[in-house]
Amino acid sequence: MTSHRITQGGLIDRSRPLRFSFDGKTYQGYEGDTLVSALLANGVRIMGRSFKYHRPRGPWGAWVDDPNAVFNVTLGGVEFPNCPGATTMLRDGMVTRSVNAFPSASFDLKGGLDLLHRWLGAGFYYKTFIWPDWHLFEPMIRRMAGLGAVSAEVIEGYASDQMHDRCEVLIVGGGAAGLAAARAAAESGRDVVLVEDHDQAGGRLYQLDSVEGQTPQDWVADQLAAIEAAGGRVMTRTTAFGVFDHRMVGLAQQGPFGYAPRLWRMRADRIVLASGAIDRPVTFANNDRPGVMSLDGACEWLARYGVLAGRNIAVLSNNSFAAPAARMLAEAGAEVTEIDPTTGPIRALGSKRLKGIEVAGKRHPADTILVSGGMTPLVHLWRHAGGKLDWDERTQAFLPGAAPEGMAAIGAANGTFDLDQALTEARAVARDEPRPDRAGDYRVKPLWPEPGSKGRQWIDFQHDVTLKDVELAARENYVSVEHLKRYTTLGMAQDQGKTSNMAGLAAMAAIQGRPIPEVGTTTFRPPFVPQPIALYSGPHAGQLYHPLKRLALEPLHRAADAALGEYGGWLRPGWYGSGDPAGHVRAEVIKARETAGILDASPLGKVEVMGPDAESFVNFIYYNTIKTLKPGHIRYGFMLTERGNVMDDGVIARLGPNRFVISCSSSHTDHVRAHLEAWRQDGNDPDRIFIHDLTQQWSTLTVTGPKARDIVAALDMPLDLSADAFPHMTLRETTLNGTPVRVARVSFTGDLSFEISIRSSRAADLWQALCAAGESVGAGPIGIEALSVLRAEKGFIIIGKDTEGETMPHDLGFGIPRQKKQAAFVGDRSLHMEVANRDDRRQLVGFRVDPGAPPLPTGAHLIGDGDTPRSEGYVTSSYDSPTLGHPIALGLLERGADRIGERVAVWHLGQRSSATVCAPCFFDPEGERLNA
Amino acid sequence: MQLFPCPFCGPRDEREFHFAGEIGKTRPDTTGEVSAEDWARYLNTQRNEKGRVREVWMHLTCSELFVMERDSVTMEVLSSTPLREDVE
Repeated sequence: MTSHRITQGGLIDRSRPLRFSFDGKTYQGYEGDTLVSALLANGVRIMGRSFKYHRPRGPWGAWVDDPNAVFNVTLGGVEFPNCPGATTMLRDGMVTRSVNAFPSASFDLKGGLDLLHRWLGAGFYYKTFIWPDWHLFEPMIRRMAGLGAVSAEVIEGYASDQMHDRCEVLIVGGGAAGLAAARAAAESGRDVVLVEDHDQAGGRLYQLDSVEGQTPQDWVADQLAAIEAAGGRVMTRTTAFGVFDHRMVGLAQQGPFGYAPRLWRMRADRIVLASGAIDRPVTFANNDRPGVMSLDGACEWLARYGVLAGRNIAVLSNNSFAAPAARMLAEAGAEVTEIDPTTGPIRALGSKRLKGIEVAGKRHPADTILVSGGMTPLVHLWRHAGGKLDWDERTQAFLPGAAPEGMAAIGAANGTFDLDQALTEARAVARDEPRPDRAGDYRVKPLWPEPGSKGRQWIDFQHDVTLKDVELAARENYVSVEHLKRYTTLGMAQDQGKTSNMAGLAAMAAIQGRPIPEVGTTTFRPPFVPQPIALYSGPHAGQLYHPLKRLALEPLHRAADAALGEYGGWLRPGWYGSGDPAGHVRAEVIKARETAGILDASPLGKVEVMGPDAESFVNFIYYNTIKTLKPGHIRYGFMLTERGNVMDDGVIARLGPNRFVISCSSSHTDHVRAHLEAWRQDGNDPDRIFIHDLTQQWSTLTVTGPKARDIVAALDMPLDLSADAFPHMTLRETTLNGTPVRVARVSFTGDLSFEISIRSSRAADLWQALCAAGESVGAGPIGIEALSVLRAEKGFIIIGKDTEGETMPHDLGFGIPRQKKQAAFVGDRSLHMEVANRDDRRQLVGFRVDPGAPPLPTGAHLIGDGDTPRSEGYVTSSYDSPTLGHPIALGLLERGADRIGERVAVWHLGQRSSATVCAPCFFDPEGERLNA
Repeated sequence: MQLFPCPFCGPRDEREFHFAGEIGKTRPDTTGEVSAEDWARYLNTQRNEKGRVREVWMHLTCSELFVMERDSVTMEVLSSTPLREDVE
């Protein structure tokens, strides 16, 4: 008979059996079991393998302190990696397998690695960086690293709800202290939230016969009822995993297995930490054998799940909790021997199967060794919030010291381990009354790792860090606990050092002959227990993370078979027509050059600057002089950062003496608006300048090409379109069927262009009228891809594509304002700093390739011909120009302007080619077509 | 996660804000001579003080600049004032 389940007691529901499998074998557990308690009940001891040596591992603790039982769990056809078995509730039909073990945990092919332990000590792979050669070991180490495997399948709908809430008092932990404090606070009128990570509140109370004269079940039920009756809220299966700035506590609320936990960002006026304490391992030879378990864990398995961890139990404890624990286990039917661990060297006997324990030369047969090295308060959240820890000699533990604002610790988390004191303390703290002194009957003898002692003594069970590794780290001068942690990976296992940190730092203290508090702890960081990354992101992905901006005319573009894509945050037509994109783009370019293209340019920024100081303001914002711009005229210019780097380009039109429209790049509008607002409010009188972003309110349709005038002329607008009456770089305000429109003669293609802006609700009529007029002359819609080719043929740049973070306007051939502009402007002084005057600046140039050669790859490097070739620049835009019949390219090249005609070597992903530097404008350099 | 008090919109999540700069930095008059050292100091030098700091922030959702006084150690926010009302 292998069952370790006792016939009664515990919180499990014996009327609801659940079937599951582990490493291919089928078992039965009950509703209310964890994976570990169900396996223990079935007599399974080996539940995994350690990370480095693949030593067999059984569970250590019954809850968040277990580093050993880690499973991949499949339920409903979906596999979830690295589920902590001690805290994962059993569900019917779960298929589980151990991680880091093949074919199974009890028989693992890599178990032989343990024989190599002498060569795989702390930092062994760091040493391979130096000698003999990391590359020899890297493939093997990489293959062996990591625990569970992530399923390649995307889990549909795995998204965390994101909740925001507040309360007056947040109580973390639903054990005795937490329940008492929550009730007292709620009954004194506070808005209370109690969070508890188990299914059922009560902490370790179920190990007791009675609490304040009641059974633990009744007492817990009474407290919960009283809390809720007083308006308090109780959240079970909820972990407070971190305290963040401004007292925001992150709560992860578990749903059914397989669903993402729900994230609560809880802001509490006051946080009461009642997170309890865990048992410490004792460091002795072979203390990692399956069957060496936490005494408190065994009591929990018995009290909550009705599982007796062993039949012949040796209790190895240095503290006063051993006696009641031994009594409880004996009453449940185990044979229990209490052993004092402080009398001499200790050794576990047996290997996969525990045979006994030897202390000070005396052997005791046992199938299970239950260990308690003293209680360690769970002070993680205290440290997240900046609370101090004080070493307490009486309890041999770090206890909460100076408190962070708005935070208090009670119960075992505060080192108040005895029940009566904890309840008194909890109620006093909840009612803002003076708390009693820490006192109690809990007694513990100092018991810490002894350097130099014999045998392999485990400190970190999952990561295989032994006492010898700590000694080695100390010899190699990794004596700070933070260095020790990183060198040995002590405390970096899945339990984040809950079981190993105290032993590790105590070992280091002993090696150095320093007191434990002087050595100190490593930093406690959130999360308290591992959380899926999805917890933090929630549904903020794709459109919900970065919503696309949509065109008013999107339905019409779809009707015209547009290939819609994201360009600078906008969903806009890349080209029209299905099938081969390159063919469509080419045809659209040719159409725009031969007749005309009609483009939806609505994303183009339309930021109005108004007010009595508008003129001096835009003159300051722009690199170019704007104050000489007359109403009805347009100027091209740059905005710079204070460092003199090009931030954006575009045209600015003056509508009247005090009114301008800034037409910034489509993808930079939000940034430009914020830039303008910052300068408006800081350094100007904000009551004399007003900034209004109307990009979404106005749609803009551009007609570009030799037939553009004919097409626009077909519209019913009272406007003389002739080149004399309406020249390039001017703007007219008029009406179209009674609706105000702005018509601008600006061009981003190098051909005659009209940009017609109309309020978005009337844009559909305009689009249809233009397309109808265009059709009769062979013109039609073009997408943004064709525009990119057209503008590159003309040598017009796109900021951020043909420029980089260091580009200044004179690198682009616009040097005059730098020399001539008298008024101050953003970035002015930076244009005369040493870096701006360097003669090796990267400047905008064009490139030609030999006849028949393919287009240069965008991003290709331009290699100098010096002794040590290096990148002197790169290709920023490259197309096979349909207009010119040969490839063209733009790029940034050191001293580029002086190198026109020079051959340069081009390097891309190992391929070499060459190109000839030329001026960046390939099409109509004289501008005849532009001014037509 | 911090809560910042926008003087116009009230307490809001820190992700809605953009740090604009430390207070008290004046742009040199670039119509006159500005030495490279002075300009570099204007561009690059931050006091980055420990403790009580006064800074200019923008609340991105309303675009208003304001002065926030806070403690760079404890992260406590001490006050916030619209930039145009800031008298110090």
